[in-house]
Amino acid sequence: MRKINLIEYFENTVSSFPDKLALVDNTSQLSFGELKLKAQLIATKISETTEAINSPVAIYLPKTNDAIASFLGTLYSGNCYTPLDPKNPVPRIQAILNASKPSCIITNNAFLPNLEKCNLDIDIINLDKLNPGEDIDESYKYKNCIDTDPAYILHTSGSTGVPKGVVISHLSIIDYINWVAETFDITEKEKIGNQTPFIFDMSTLDIYLMIFKGATLYIIPEQKFIFPATLLDYINENKINFIFWVPAVLVNIANLRLLDTNKIPTVKKVLFGGEVMPPKHLGYWIKSLEKNIVYGNMYGPTEITGTCVYHIVDDSFDENESLPIGIPCRNTDVLVLNEKDELCKVGEKGELCVRGSSLALGYWNNFEKTNNVFVQNPLNKSVPERIYRTGDIVFLNEKGEYIYIGRKDFQIKLSGYRIDLGEIEHYILSVFDTINAGVFFDRAKEQIVLIYESEEEIPVKDFRLKLSEVLSKHMIPTRYVKMDVLPKSTTGKIDRALLNKQINNI
Amino acid sequence: MTEIRPEFDFSESSNFIEEGMLDSFDIVSLVASLDEEFGISIDGTEILPENFSSVDGIIQLLIKNGVAE
Repeated sequence: MRKINLIEYFENTVSSFPDKLALVDNTSQLSFGELKLKAQLIATKISETTEAINSPVAIYLPKTNDAIASFLGTLYSGNCYTPLDPKNPVPRIQAILNASKPSCIITNNAFLPNLEKCNLDIDIINLDKLNPGEDIDESYKYKNCIDTDPAYILHTSGSTGVPKGVVISHLSIIDYINWVAETFDITEKEKIGNQTPFIFDMSTLDIYLMIFKGATLYIIPEQKFIFPATLLDYINENKINFIFWVPAVLVNIANLRLLDTNKIPTVKKVLFGGEVMPPKHLGYWIKSLEKNIVYGNMYGPTEITGTCVYHIVDDSFDENESLPIGIPCRNTDVLVLNEKDELCKVGEKGELCVRGSSLALGYWNNFEKTNNVFVQNPLNKSVPERIYRTGDIVFLNEKGEYIYIGRKDFQIKLSGYRIDLGEIEHYILSVFDTINAGVFFDRAKEQIVLIYESEEEIPVKDFRLKLSEVLSKHMIPTRYVKMDVLPKSTTGKIDRALLNKQINNI
Repeated sequence: MTEIRPEFDFSESSNFIEEGMLDSFDIVSLVASLDEEFGISIDGTEILPENFSSVDGIIQLLIKNGVAE
């Protein structure tokens, strides 16, 4: 019978490779059998704590084997997991917990004090107090779930200050991972070097190729990415052969020309996504690695489960042309719609919309935002059919490939982090309540710029210190520009279009 | 460094990385500004934890790259 739950895939893999290495992190490693045991122990604890199924369980842990075991434990218990960013300041964690209302939170000794600061009435499971000898509850409520039930909720930046919880079903992940495994020929021989945080949907691919195919997942310590030469050493030491990283990391290695001296002969598949890959830097990788390497440009927002359009780099690659985002994945359809909601012709720019089983169920506890972007397919006048409006502007070229142009709103991408400038603005105005300000993005320098109206100059240190209490580091502006008076439109609103032009010299 | 991350007192710390004061963005900007300021070109293989964990480590790296004491 067709498998309908992620745990069924996991159990299948465990029975094929019980003693094979599943996970490696900074301090420990787990075989598939050991991972299953740990996950079931966690599931038992969840079921003791809550009666709920299909309800969120928040995972507040660093990027470790324990985090993955907690994801699986949550799925065994018939619930869906929502990872919290351990790097987020407490108020943002609190905002997410208040909006998602999880039935319990899994954490450890190190992160417990932060949760106590939030002062919430939610049950907490502390993994450091887990007793490995405890009896396992074998009722496994996942067996009551169907494939359209939620598996995880990932939070993305929202324009009003409250992150949106994107809810992804088992079916969407099953469809996606089977496609990836087939397209890139993934087996248990893959040694995956994970870079992306588990709060990013790019990590779905890394984690579930391990779970579906029995590949080994190496959770690369974050410090290796600060010092890329040590990252390449790590790859060699562990014979990593598959990577799916954000372009920023590949670009950094290319800028330092590290592959001239530090060869990585084991790497055979190089996938990237989350932001635009500059072709010059990709060219450096292609010239530096061996000839038979597969390069995949993977495009897709969290709302469609990872990837909806992809491009495998071939002989037509040209360093002077932007890299196509490519063609739709199997069982995914893409529509490019113009402002009249008509299908664009070849070469005509429009909004990329997606239909298929990859679509998220919606935003958790937010019907209004869900209904804004998950809408009826305007081309289908006969039956209800949802499409997701990505807000990305693209066009179709003569070769039948989609080319990415930019955004139609104030969302930006920095190192794969999806940031809504409105969210930054919301927090800045709440902390500095005496100033008027707008947040902009300098595309050439890839810097977030704050322009504020104030009589007196505010020291940059004051901004950064106060903002680091409420914003994640990647959301804190780099440049601070004081103006005596901000340009305003006739309605009294900040003239964003004008300021945006000035910053980007258009 | 105080330009990149003005909120920290770098002279007080003996390990910027362990204490989470600098991440990969910061190291990229720091290397770029050191290169520009001193007219040198720090090699990618020299961007290592021991050379960037303290003010002293960075000074040693600059000396190695021919910047006079």
